[in-house]
Amino acid sequence: MEQFFTTLGIWLGALFTFAIFSFLYKDNPFYKTAEQIFVGLSAGYWFVYTIFFILIPNLYNPLTQDFSANWIKLIPAILGLMMLMRLIPKTEWVSRFPISVIIGTTSGVFFLRYLKSDVLNQLTATMINPFIGDSWVTVIGRLMLIVGTICGVIYFYFSKKHTGALGVSAKIGIYFLMVSFGAAFGYTAMARISLLIGRLQFLLGDWLGIIHP
Amino acid sequence: MKRKLPLLITFTVGIILIISEFIPHKPFGQLSGELEIWFLIISGFAILLGQLSLFKVNIIKIKFKQRDWQFYVVTLLSFIFMVTLGFLWGTGNSAGILGHGESISGAMGYKPFDFLFHNVYQHLQATMFSLLAFFIASAAYRAFIGRTVESNLLLAAAVLVMLGNTTFGVLLTGWLPDSLKFLHLPNVSEFIMTFPTTAGQRAIMIGAGLGIIGSSLRIILGIERSYLGGE
Repeated sequence: MEQFFTTLGIWLGALFTFAIFSFLYKDNPFYKTAEQIFVGLSAGYWFVYTIFFILIPNLYNPLTQDFSANWIKLIPAILGLMMLMRLIPKTEWVSRFPISVIIGTTSGVFFLRYLKSDVLNQLTATMINPFIGDSWVTVIGRLMLIVGTICGVIYFYFSKKHTGALGVSAKIGIYFLMVSFGAAFGYTAMARISLLIGRLQFLLGDWLGIIHP
Repeated sequence: MKRKLPLLITFTVGIILIISEFIPHKPFGQLSGELEIWFLIISGFAILLGQLSLFKVNIIKIKFKQRDWQFYVVTLLSFIFMVTLGFLWGTGNSAGILGHGESISGAMGYKPFDFLFHNVYQHLQATMFSLLAFFIASAAYRAFIGRTVESNLLLAAAVLVMLGNTTFGVLLTGWLPDSLKFLHLPNVSEFIMTFPTTAGQRAIMIGAGLGIIGSSLRIILGIERSYLGGE
């Protein structure tokens, strides 16, 4: 029986792979059906995941196992239910209270997190001695790192017109940003091609059995 | 009350979390930990709200027989199917209403919910993203037309990084003598990733970080109120 379901799983996978790839020809009912199945399954997956891995361990289990120690969790539970009131137009305003808790928490957490990780840590990592390196390539690289970071930050300074020294620095900043975007693009392209190779391996290996890993 | 109380809640919660970083003692340390769990629980309900909203929108489209309404029936059916399987037999180590479903899991090799996840959802997701490999080629053609210094830099960085990570790149410059090893394509690719790319990413991170800090302060102090909606 398990063999049957394994084969069924492979055939389902192959069928949906072809349905999605059919979009390369043109938009068609097979693609649209597969696309909608993907949307539905995705929503269903996150629905179940949220209940089993967020709400049950953080809300249901603490309340049912030791209510007297965890009764305070009733507050976020009520706020969560208030959030669902957004589905009804007349009671939509009720959802502002849980939203304000989420926004307040996010703002507080992000304020500290980004101050530490994205500003202070990055500044600290840039304050290096460029001339301590095992080769001249590293020294050049470190100089580029310092100049690139400073000029890149100058490019994001929009309170003054980018002319004169500021303009030249901002221009150098753009060059570094372009190299960064190019490298990111290259990596993205490679990741997508790697996924495509994975799909072909599935079709030719698991489904047709032509190639063997 | 409909507007002032939410603003007060946002201010109080935000300030408690910031203070708790500097005074990690009672009551602030405890409060901040509890608030983060509250955030998780309310976010869970927010995710459910998203799924229910999707359900509602699709029902409306079907009810008014909007264009391609038949496909929205498929969305709803697959959503209901996935949720039903999850609730009946659970997922992973979590039991559903009917327990772990040992017999059905034994026959299928997975729990029904996980079977659908591995054999349909994952294939659909991987194929959907791999489809972008074709479109990224046309995007690359447009982005890489070397008209300006900036676009040439973009082109050079992308090509060098891609070549440096393939066996073809290794083959192209593998013959270089040791004194010119820094020009070997994998080394060039590594250099680009370690220095100029890091510099660019760092500048973006610092810029975005400062922006987020500013926005957070505006929200906590009640200057930014767009999240409360109109009215």
